Amino acid sequence: MNEAEVAHMVTNTEVSRRGSGAPAQQPADPVAQRTQSVEAPIRPPVDIWEDRDGIVLCADMPGVSKDRLNLRIDGHNLIVEGQVKFELPEDAEALYADVRSSLYRRSFALSGELETGKIEASLKDGVLTVRIPKRAELRPRKIEVRSA
Amino acid sequence: MFGIPSNMPSSVFDELWRLQQEVDELFGTWSSPLGIRSVPRGSFPAVNVSLTPERLDVYLFAPGIDPKTLDISMQQNLLTVSGKREVRVEEEADYYRQERFSGEFRRVISLPEDVDPERVEAKYVDGIVQVGVRRRESARPRQIEIQ
Repeated sequence: MNEAEVAHMVTNTEVSRRGSGAPAQQPADPVAQRTQSVEAPIRPPVDIWEDRDGIVLCADMPGVSKDRLNLRIDGHNLIVEGQVKFELPEDAEALYADVRSSLYRRSFALSGELETGKIEASLKDGVLTVRIPKRAELRPRKIEVRSA
Repeated sequence: MFGIPSNMPSSVFDELWRLQQEVDELFGTWSSPLGIRSVPRGSFPAVNVSLTPERLDVYLFAPGIDPKTLDISMQQNLLTVSGKREVRVEEEADYYRQERFSGEFRRVISLPEDVDPERVEAKYVDGIVQVGVRRRESARPRQIEIQ
Protein backbone atom coordinates (compact mmCIF):
# COMPACT_ATOMS: atom_id res chain seq x y z
CA MET A 1 0.00 0.00 0.00
CA ASN A 2 1.70 3.14 -1.06
CA GLU A 3 -0.24 6.36 -1.20
CA ALA A 4 -3.33 4.51 -2.20
CA GLU A 5 -6.18 4.49 0.16
CA VAL A 6 -7.25 0.92 -0.04
CA ALA A 7 -10.92 0.31 -0.36
CA HIS A 8 -11.41 -3.37 -0.79
CA MET A 9 -13.76 -3.11 -3.65
CA VAL A 10 -14.67 -6.74 -3.83
CA THR A 11 -14.09 -8.23 -0.41
CA ASN A 12 -17.17 -7.29 1.47
CA THR A 13 -16.54 -4.25 3.60
CA GLU A 14 -19.14 -2.76 5.85
CA VAL A 15 -21.46 -0.50 3.95
CA SER A 16 -20.96 2.95 5.35
CA ARG A 17 -24.12 4.72 6.28
CA ARG A 18 -25.42 7.39 4.03
CA GLY A 19 -26.36 10.70 5.52
CA SER A 20 -25.61 14.34 5.90
CA GLY A 21 -23.42 13.47 8.86
CA ALA A 22 -20.71 12.15 6.57
CA PRO A 23 -18.37 15.01 5.80
CA ALA A 24 -18.31 16.10 2.19
CA GLN A 25 -14.65 16.95 2.46
CA GLN A 26 -12.37 14.92 4.58
CA PRO A 27 -8.78 15.72 5.31
CA ALA A 28 -6.41 13.95 2.97
CA ASP A 29 -4.09 11.28 4.26
CA PRO A 30 -0.68 12.52 5.43
CA VAL A 31 1.22 10.78 2.64
CA ALA A 32 -0.76 12.56 -0.05
CA GLN A 33 -0.18 15.82 1.78
CA ARG A 34 3.54 15.32 1.63
CA THR A 35 3.58 14.58 -2.05
CA GLN A 36 1.27 17.50 -2.81
CA SER A 37 3.00 20.17 -0.80
CA VAL A 38 0.98 23.11 -2.07
CA GLU A 39 -2.45 22.12 -0.87
CA ALA A 40 -4.12 19.08 0.61
CA PRO A 41 -6.43 17.46 -1.93
CA ILE A 42 -10.09 16.93 -1.20
CA ARG A 43 -11.28 13.34 -0.88
CA PRO A 44 -14.43 13.26 -2.97
CA PRO A 45 -17.33 11.32 -1.40
CA VAL A 46 -18.10 8.14 -3.34
CA ASP A 47 -20.76 5.49 -3.78
CA ILE A 48 -19.44 2.08 -4.80
CA TRP A 49 -21.57 -0.89 -5.73
CA GLU A 50 -21.25 -4.21 -7.47
CA ASP A 51 -23.60 -5.98 -9.81
CA ARG A 52 -23.35 -9.06 -12.02
CA ASP A 53 -21.18 -7.36 -14.61
CA GLY A 54 -18.81 -5.34 -12.56
CA ILE A 55 -18.23 -2.53 -10.13
CA VAL A 56 -19.52 1.01 -10.41
CA LEU A 57 -17.98 3.99 -8.65
CA CYS A 58 -19.69 7.36 -8.44
CA ALA A 59 -17.78 10.37 -7.13
CA ASP A 60 -18.90 13.94 -6.39
CA MET A 61 -16.42 16.31 -7.99
CA PRO A 62 -18.13 19.67 -8.45
CA GLY A 63 -16.15 22.17 -10.48
CA VAL A 64 -14.38 19.52 -12.54
CA SER A 65 -14.98 19.34 -16.27
CA LYS A 66 -13.83 16.61 -18.65
CA ASP A 67 -10.57 18.36 -19.54
CA ARG A 68 -9.61 18.77 -15.88
CA LEU A 69 -10.32 15.17 -14.95
CA ASN A 70 -7.48 12.69 -14.68
CA LEU A 71 -8.57 9.09 -14.30
CA ARG A 72 -5.82 6.50 -14.50
CA ILE A 73 -4.65 3.05 -13.54
CA ASP A 74 -1.32 2.86 -11.75
CA GLY A 75 -0.34 -0.74 -11.11
CA HIS A 76 -3.37 -2.18 -9.34
CA ASN A 77 -4.71 1.18 -8.26
CA LEU A 78 -7.42 3.26 -9.80
CA ILE A 79 -6.58 6.93 -9.27
CA VAL A 80 -9.23 9.61 -9.54
CA GLU A 81 -7.98 13.17 -9.79
CA GLY A 82 -9.57 16.39 -10.87
CA GLN A 83 -8.98 20.08 -10.69
CA VAL A 84 -11.67 22.45 -9.47
CA LYS A 85 -12.31 25.57 -11.47
CA PHE A 86 -15.00 28.19 -11.23
CA GLU A 87 -15.44 31.74 -12.34
CA LEU A 88 -13.98 34.09 -9.77
CA PRO A 89 -13.62 37.86 -10.26
CA GLU A 90 -10.02 39.12 -10.40
CA ASP A 91 -10.11 41.24 -7.27
CA ALA A 92 -12.19 38.86 -5.16
CA GLU A 93 -11.49 38.22 -1.53
CA ALA A 94 -12.82 35.19 0.31
CA LEU A 95 -15.53 35.83 2.88
CA TYR A 96 -16.24 32.21 3.67
CA ALA A 97 -14.98 28.88 2.36
CA ASP A 98 -15.99 25.28 2.93
CA VAL A 99 -13.90 24.26 -0.09
CA ARG A 100 -10.27 25.22 0.42
CA SER A 101 -8.46 23.16 -2.14
CA SER A 102 -8.57 23.07 -5.91
CA LEU A 103 -7.66 19.42 -6.23
CA TYR A 104 -9.62 16.24 -5.74
CA ARG A 105 -7.80 12.97 -5.29
CA ARG A 106 -8.71 9.51 -4.17
CA SER A 107 -7.40 6.09 -5.10
CA PHE A 108 -8.67 2.56 -4.84
CA ALA A 109 -6.94 -0.80 -5.01
CA LEU A 110 -8.48 -3.00 -7.67
CA SER A 111 -8.57 -6.75 -7.64
CA GLY A 112 -7.45 -9.21 -10.29
CA GLU A 113 -10.79 -10.30 -11.67
CA LEU A 114 -11.57 -6.79 -12.87
CA GLU A 115 -10.99 -5.91 -16.49
CA THR A 116 -9.00 -2.71 -16.11
CA GLY A 117 -8.56 -2.35 -19.86
CA LYS A 118 -12.31 -1.92 -20.34
CA ILE A 119 -13.09 0.79 -17.83
CA GLU A 120 -15.74 3.26 -18.94
CA ALA A 121 -16.20 6.67 -17.40
CA SER A 122 -18.56 9.59 -17.76
CA LEU A 123 -18.78 13.00 -16.12
CA LYS A 124 -21.94 15.05 -15.83
CA ASP A 125 -22.66 18.10 -13.67
CA GLY A 126 -19.67 17.32 -11.48
CA VAL A 127 -20.54 13.66 -10.92
CA LEU A 128 -18.05 11.09 -12.15
CA THR A 129 -19.30 7.59 -12.91
CA VAL A 130 -16.77 4.82 -13.52
CA ARG A 131 -17.75 1.31 -14.57
CA ILE A 132 -15.15 -1.43 -14.13
CA PRO A 133 -16.30 -4.68 -15.76
CA LYS A 134 -15.44 -8.12 -14.43
CA ARG A 135 -13.65 -10.51 -16.74
CA ALA A 136 -16.32 -12.31 -18.70
CA GLU A 137 -15.15 -15.79 -17.71
CA LEU A 138 -15.34 -14.81 -14.03
CA ARG A 139 -18.88 -13.49 -13.98
CA PRO A 140 -21.19 -15.54 -11.80
CA ARG A 141 -23.11 -18.14 -13.75
CA LYS A 142 -26.35 -19.58 -12.69
CA ILE A 143 -26.22 -23.34 -12.85
CA GLU A 144 -29.41 -24.93 -13.94
CA VAL A 145 -30.47 -28.01 -12.10
CA ARG A 146 -32.26 -30.43 -14.34
CA SER A 147 -34.80 -32.74 -12.92
CA ALA A 148 -33.93 -36.39 -13.33
CA MET B 1 0.79 16.10 -11.95
CA PHE B 2 -1.24 19.27 -11.67
CA GLY B 3 0.55 22.56 -11.27
CA ILE B 4 -1.31 25.15 -9.26
CA PRO B 5 -1.38 28.35 -11.29
CA SER B 6 -1.41 31.50 -9.20
CA ASN B 7 -4.77 32.58 -10.55
CA MET B 8 -6.53 29.44 -9.33
CA PRO B 9 -9.79 30.37 -7.72
CA SER B 10 -8.98 28.42 -4.61
CA SER B 11 -5.80 30.30 -3.79
CA VAL B 12 -7.80 33.15 -2.34
CA PHE B 13 -9.78 30.67 -0.25
CA ASP B 14 -6.59 28.96 0.74
CA GLU B 15 -5.43 32.16 2.41
CA LEU B 16 -8.66 32.36 4.35
CA TRP B 17 -8.23 28.78 5.47
CA ARG B 18 -4.76 29.46 6.80
CA LEU B 19 -6.08 32.44 8.69
CA GLN B 20 -8.98 30.41 10.13
CA GLN B 21 -6.57 27.70 11.21
CA GLU B 22 -4.30 30.17 12.94
CA VAL B 23 -7.25 31.71 14.76
CA ASP B 24 -8.48 28.26 15.77
CA GLU B 25 -5.05 27.36 17.10
CA LEU B 26 -4.83 30.56 19.10
CA PHE B 27 -8.26 30.61 20.65
CA GLY B 28 -9.59 27.10 20.25
CA THR B 29 -13.01 26.63 18.75
CA TRP B 30 -14.72 29.15 21.05
CA SER B 31 -13.05 32.06 19.30
CA SER B 32 -15.96 33.35 17.27
CA PRO B 33 -19.65 32.80 17.93
CA LEU B 34 -21.44 30.60 15.42
CA GLY B 35 -23.80 32.15 12.93
CA ILE B 36 -27.30 31.29 14.12
CA ARG B 37 -28.11 29.83 10.69
CA SER B 38 -24.76 28.16 10.13
CA VAL B 39 -24.62 24.41 9.53
CA PRO B 40 -21.98 21.89 10.55
CA ARG B 41 -18.91 21.60 8.38
CA GLY B 42 -19.40 18.92 5.76
CA SER B 43 -23.09 19.65 5.19
CA PHE B 44 -24.36 19.45 1.63
CA PRO B 45 -23.80 21.55 -0.37
CA ALA B 46 -20.43 23.07 0.52
CA VAL B 47 -20.42 26.84 0.16
CA ASN B 48 -17.80 29.45 -0.73
CA VAL B 49 -18.44 33.19 -0.72
CA SER B 50 -16.27 35.77 -2.43
CA LEU B 51 -16.50 39.54 -2.36
CA THR B 52 -15.35 42.38 -4.58
CA PRO B 53 -16.22 46.08 -4.28
CA GLU B 54 -18.90 45.62 -6.97
CA ARG B 55 -20.34 42.19 -6.32
CA LEU B 56 -20.66 39.20 -4.10
CA ASP B 57 -20.64 35.63 -5.36
CA VAL B 58 -21.92 32.57 -3.57
CA TYR B 59 -20.76 29.19 -4.87
CA LEU B 60 -22.71 26.10 -3.87
CA PHE B 61 -20.97 22.82 -4.63
CA ALA B 62 -24.02 20.78 -5.59
CA PRO B 63 -23.10 18.17 -8.20
CA GLY B 64 -25.67 16.04 -9.96
CA ILE B 65 -28.77 18.11 -9.39
CA ASP B 66 -31.35 19.37 -11.84
CA PRO B 67 -31.00 23.17 -11.69
CA LYS B 68 -34.74 23.49 -12.42
CA THR B 69 -35.53 21.99 -9.03
CA LEU B 70 -33.45 24.59 -7.21
CA ASP B 71 -35.24 27.26 -5.25
CA ILE B 72 -33.12 30.38 -4.81
CA SER B 73 -34.54 33.39 -3.02
CA MET B 74 -33.30 36.62 -1.49
CA GLN B 75 -34.99 38.42 1.34
CA GLN B 76 -33.16 41.54 2.41
CA ASN B 77 -29.63 40.21 2.83
CA LEU B 78 -30.60 36.58 3.43
CA LEU B 79 -29.99 34.22 0.57
CA THR B 80 -31.84 30.92 0.75
CA VAL B 81 -31.04 28.03 -1.55
CA SER B 82 -33.01 24.83 -1.29
CA GLY B 83 -33.34 21.80 -3.47
CA LYS B 84 -33.22 18.08 -3.65
CA ARG B 85 -30.69 15.57 -4.82
CA GLU B 86 -31.95 12.11 -5.46
CA VAL B 87 -29.23 9.52 -5.67
CA ARG B 88 -30.68 6.49 -7.39
CA VAL B 89 -30.06 3.26 -5.52
CA GLU B 90 -29.56 0.17 -7.67
CA GLU B 91 -31.89 -2.53 -6.43
CA GLU B 92 -29.90 -5.44 -7.79
CA ALA B 93 -26.53 -4.28 -6.56
CA ASP B 94 -24.48 -4.77 -3.42
CA TYR B 95 -23.22 -1.51 -1.97
CA TYR B 96 -19.80 -1.11 -0.37
CA ARG B 97 -19.89 2.63 0.15
CA GLN B 98 -22.67 5.21 0.20
CA GLU B 99 -21.00 8.46 1.10
CA ARG B 100 -22.77 10.77 -1.32
CA PHE B 101 -25.54 12.94 0.02
CA SER B 102 -29.09 12.07 -0.98
CA GLY B 103 -32.20 13.99 -0.06
CA GLU B 104 -33.40 17.53 0.46
CA PHE B 105 -31.08 20.35 1.38
CA ARG B 106 -31.44 23.98 2.37
CA ARG B 107 -28.87 26.59 3.15
CA VAL B 108 -29.46 30.12 4.37
CA ILE B 109 -26.56 32.49 3.94
CA SER B 110 -26.44 35.84 5.63
CA LEU B 111 -24.81 38.34 3.27
CA PRO B 112 -23.44 41.78 4.04
CA GLU B 113 -26.10 44.49 4.42
CA ASP B 114 -25.09 46.38 1.27
CA VAL B 115 -26.15 43.76 -1.29
CA ASP B 116 -28.92 44.66 -3.71
CA PRO B 117 -31.62 41.95 -3.52
CA GLU B 118 -33.05 43.19 -6.84
CA ARG B 119 -29.93 42.36 -8.77
CA VAL B 120 -29.26 38.67 -8.44
CA GLU B 121 -28.34 36.16 -11.11
CA ALA B 122 -27.63 32.46 -10.91
CA LYS B 123 -26.08 29.80 -13.10
CA TYR B 124 -25.13 26.13 -12.88
CA VAL B 125 -21.80 24.97 -14.32
CA ASP B 126 -20.04 21.62 -13.74
CA GLY B 127 -22.05 20.98 -10.60
CA ILE B 128 -21.52 24.40 -9.01
CA VAL B 129 -24.38 26.85 -8.49
CA GLN B 130 -23.06 30.38 -8.69
CA VAL B 131 -25.29 33.13 -7.33
CA GLY B 132 -24.01 36.62 -8.10
CA VAL B 133 -25.39 39.63 -6.24
CA ARG B 134 -24.54 43.25 -7.00
CA ARG B 135 -23.58 45.55 -4.14
CA ARG B 136 -25.10 49.00 -3.82
CA GLU B 137 -23.14 51.92 -5.27
CA SER B 138 -22.82 53.54 -1.87
CA ALA B 139 -20.80 50.58 -0.61
CA ARG B 140 -18.11 50.98 -3.22
CA PRO B 141 -14.98 52.96 -2.67
CA ARG B 142 -15.29 56.36 -4.32
CA GLN B 143 -12.58 58.44 -5.82
CA ILE B 144 -12.90 61.98 -4.55
CA GLU B 145 -11.71 64.58 -6.92
CA ILE B 146 -9.95 67.69 -5.68
CA GLN B 147 -11.50 70.83 -7.09
